[in-house]
Amino acid sequence: MTRNTLEHHLAQLILAHFKEIIREPGVIFWGIVFPIMMALGLGIAFTKKPDLVRTVAVIGNNVDSSRGDTDIAELLKPLTDQFPLTRNDQDEFSLKIPDEQLGNMTYIFTPKSWDEAMLLLKRGRINLILENRDDQIYYHFDPMNPEAQLLYLKLSQIQGGEPIQSDISAARIEPLTVTGTRYIDFLIPGLIAMGVMMSCMWGLSYGIIDKRSKKLLRRMIATPMRKSNFLISLITVRLGMNIVESLLLFLFAFIFFDISIQGDLIALLVVFIAGNVAFSGIAIFISSRTANNEIGNGLINAVVLPMMVLSGIFFSYHNFPDWAVSVIEKLPLTLLADQIRGIFIEGSGIPDILLPSVILAVIGISLFSVGLKIFRWY
Amino acid sequence: MQGHVNHKIVIDVQQVSKSFKQVKAVRGIDLQVYQGQFLALLGPNGAGKTTLVEMIEGIQKPDSGKIFIQGKSWKGNEETLHQIIGISLQETRFIDKLTVYETLRLFASFYQLPARRIEEIIELSGLQEKHKSYVVNLSGGQRQRLALGIALLNQPKILLLDEPTTGLDPTARRDIWQILLALRESRQTSLILTTHYMEEAEQLCDYIVLIDKGKIVSQGTLNQLLAHDKEVKNIEFSLEGNLSNLNVSQIQKDIQMDWDEISGKGTLYIKSIENQLPTFISALKANNISLKNIECRRKTLNDLFLSLTGRELHDA
Repeated sequence: MTRNTLEHHLAQLILAHFKEIIREPGVIFWGIVFPIMMALGLGIAFTKKPDLVRTVAVIGNNVDSSRGDTDIAELLKPLTDQFPLTRNDQDEFSLKIPDEQLGNMTYIFTPKSWDEAMLLLKRGRINLILENRDDQIYYHFDPMNPEAQLLYLKLSQIQGGEPIQSDISAARIEPLTVTGTRYIDFLIPGLIAMGVMMSCMWGLSYGIIDKRSKKLLRRMIATPMRKSNFLISLITVRLGMNIVESLLLFLFAFIFFDISIQGDLIALLVVFIAGNVAFSGIAIFISSRTANNEIGNGLINAVVLPMMVLSGIFFSYHNFPDWAVSVIEKLPLTLLADQIRGIFIEGSGIPDILLPSVILAVIGISLFSVGLKIFRWY
Repeated sequence: MQGHVNHKIVIDVQQVSKSFKQVKAVRGIDLQVYQGQFLALLGPNGAGKTTLVEMIEGIQKPDSGKIFIQGKSWKGNEETLHQIIGISLQETRFIDKLTVYETLRLFASFYQLPARRIEEIIELSGLQEKHKSYVVNLSGGQRQRLALGIALLNQPKILLLDEPTTGLDPTARRDIWQILLALRESRQTSLILTTHYMEEAEQLCDYIVLIDKGKIVSQGTLNQLLAHDKEVKNIEFSLEGNLSNLNVSQIQKDIQMDWDEISGKGTLYIKSIENQLPTFISALKANNISLKNIECRRKTLNDLFLSLTGRELHDA
């Protein structure tokens, strides 16, 4: 090779695929802006709690009559000394219990007939119905619904006349708002793992299937180009994009939610690359044969959707039955998300992540090799 | 006779067949291409041209038969053969958001070519003004010229073009022809070109192979092919009057004739104008039909193809 010749063709392939990606404005949006928006939305929804408002339907002997309001007032009598009961429009009353630690709580009491109350319950607008029958208070709610149970506990406490003293509850409760224990700390590592999966699966698979259906693959291999270099260049560009996307997501979470990485950065890099290898391998494997975009879509979804639901990206998978958990723990996305999360919030180091990383890399490399063997270039 | 400088065979196709499920695409074809020769595979859609060319390109494997390129078969020789072959597939699309220059640069890197070769190709394919345009924004003709430019990057000894001008307007087609005619001058490259345009085969190629239903139906230089039935003249005519009076079977006893009553047009295939034409005219007179127009037309490859297969080259 003389000095005059172009750089090695692997470099040119990487350059071409990189340009192909960054020249598509949609890529920037879906790869970078969208995950950040998702983190922002979910982070705010689950971390910065606004005042909780809970509506309770009240059914009483005289609710339908003009004395309905007195029913409610009477019901809540033990409280009205401590906290003012305000009358909203119509027959509604609201009771606001301030609490600096756990967030303010507002109860809205609205008189309803039984049928109306059931309808609201079915629609999920209310979780609990209070009935005043023969001077007895009855609570109607679904015991399987934790939200309703909590509401019952709080209300029965109020109704039973026990004092609600915010200073006492404050003395007993230590809210866990330190970094590492909030929902956002759980979410961001999961989003990074999911980003790697999505980007590899859609970016790589779709790119390959599209080039096959355009007959570009068969044109390219009619040259002295090395076949493996073609795939390696796609994977390399993907890895680069994933690093940038994850860094931006982290940077955003760092600035906005003060998130931090407590574990080893080298370990993070190792597991991140292992995750990329795993999902690149899977992507190459599932896109090794088809030239049909719709079949490709189906294949990608078949891989991506179960893991998105099961692998504990948004909520812990430990609520699934035990037998399921033992399977879920072995899914590639679970492996990746758990390791990244461990490094972020538990301070894991190389020894903790070594075995899972090796497993991820082996999954990726073996599927890549099989995929390359059965790969249809035309 | 065949107009090439030497008789060295560069492509040797021996008894090659290929089937897809129920369809026998290629049935026992023999074909030799000499160094510097431009050869056309001419036939209608579905004749098996693309399958044959893709087997020569190494993209498809023959079910039976052998293919040698410069004496080498594909198996085990991919790297060597890829270096000396340039191809343009039917309807290849390149990466949409790469520019013409970047696309050529990518392909040039596969052959480890110097950057100046890219400039040469841009000039050769007439894409100077478009070299910074994204591929997706090129016209059909420009895209085909880019595909041809890519095929020529490595100065291939063997060029395989699959319908390089299909779907292009006459001007764009002529642009492609100009590039190929210039290439033919140098006599360095052997070409196989598939087409269903007889003008393209006539204009560009030294040797023409007519192919239909997976078989070669005739082959030779243009002159050889047209000399095939030289004594027969094609005479086209149109008639007016009460055409249903025309006694077609009576005329066809003496003269080979195609006749379409609805358009009032037909063709006579006549060996002797002096003897046969008067017979035809007196038959018209007898039926009180007058001759609107009559002309003796140059014979074409389409006529030959029609006489051999009963089908036109442009059968839809």
